[in-house]
Amino acid sequence: MGMPITVEIADESAVEEAINNIFTYFEYVESKFSVYKQTSEISLFNKGEISEDEFSDDMKKIFELSEETKKLTNGYFDIKSDKKYDPSGLVKGWAIYNAAQLLKDMGFKNFYVEAGGDIQAYGKNGEGQFWKVGIKNPFEQTQIVKAVRIENKGIATSGTCLRGQHIYNPKDNNKPAVEIISLTVIGPNIYEADRFATAAFAMGKKGIEFIEGLKGFEGYMIDYNGTATMTGCFEKYVLK
Amino acid sequence: MRAKKFILSSFIILMFVIYSVSQNFGNSKNTVAGNILPANTDTTVPIQNNNTPAAVATGPQPAKPTPKPAPSSNSTPPTPVAISGKYKDGTYTGISADAYYGNVQVQIAINGGKITDVQFLDYPQDRRTSLEINSQAMPYLKTEAIQAQSAQVDIVSGATATSGAFQQSLASALSQAS
Repeated sequence: MGMPITVEIADESAVEEAINNIFTYFEYVESKFSVYKQTSEISLFNKGEISEDEFSDDMKKIFELSEETKKLTNGYFDIKSDKKYDPSGLVKGWAIYNAAQLLKDMGFKNFYVEAGGDIQAYGKNGEGQFWKVGIKNPFEQTQIVKAVRIENKGIATSGTCLRGQHIYNPKDNNKPAVEIISLTVIGPNIYEADRFATAAFAMGKKGIEFIEGLKGFEGYMIDYNGTATMTGCFEKYVLK
Repeated sequence: MRAKKFILSSFIILMFVIYSVSQNFGNSKNTVAGNILPANTDTTVPIQNNNTPAAVATGPQPAKPTPKPAPSSNSTPPTPVAISGKYKDGTYTGISADAYYGNVQVQIAINGGKITDVQFLDYPQDRRTSLEINSQAMPYLKTEAIQAQSAQVDIVSGATATSGAFQQSLASALSQAS
């Protein structure tokens, strides 16, 4: 939440109004789900000023999806942390996916929507090629360490984020262990890629194994030494 | 005329910042952080994950698990090659950096010229989750050293929530080890 948004439409029929609709939608998502906004629905709930019974339809939906994701990931995905709820690990992908649907409903076929480093892409870029996505070097943000080409897919990268799950350090009860720095997931759409990237990151080095076990998902994980581990079929996406 | 139409109508790109969380998005360029990329691109490292199978596979159960096809020869761990050290051995403490919702401070251990441990001395959320992870051996995974790519791409995927503060503290620790 509170992140830059990029929308690029390669269709010749693209108009500025279409893109403005998308930004308006993200403003709406922000106003509801951002824990940084004191007046957002989630903040009001966290402060106890509204109850679950008073949830809007979208908030109900997000809590349902979060519960489902928590079960699918054996609890590694959990929006509750220290008695506060922060659904951003799922809302981001969900919102990008919805925004992309809005563009599809408007008739566009070749575009991507990017928010906070997560992307939903459809069709081809202006050069007639499937959209090319770089994976950021987590140690040097001006570099990319991988270039992939995705065809109607979602790609999400989870990184060292100190909110939410920590990996317990067996050597020291009081400190979380740093195992991995970033985990990128390519999935059938950005909602799926984002929620599983979030869950997998919480699993530390085992996260890439979780992604390996998911049909239709590929992953690229980077540890603090700059060593990457990728799932068996990840290389089919890599730009040659 | 055609080129003009192409330029005008086939591309609309808008960068729109709704608002940015007041974090450092790597604005503090520290060339040492960039040096973390292994200089020797010929080095290989053994596969990180243990091939020792656990007694019981009680790991996370995804919705639609389907076995992948048999792996290629890539599953054999490559022979490790000695890597010349880049950093001085020792323990180094990075600066305490502002992560917006708290401070981040890391401590690193260098052995044989490489980072062998990273610890948080300070972090915003003081909580821990005890996790038991069991999983079967994963022979399909492949490892490589990350390398900067020169390819032109349309857009970049990266964790923006990755605290610039983490990078700042890590970079400052590494700069002491250089």
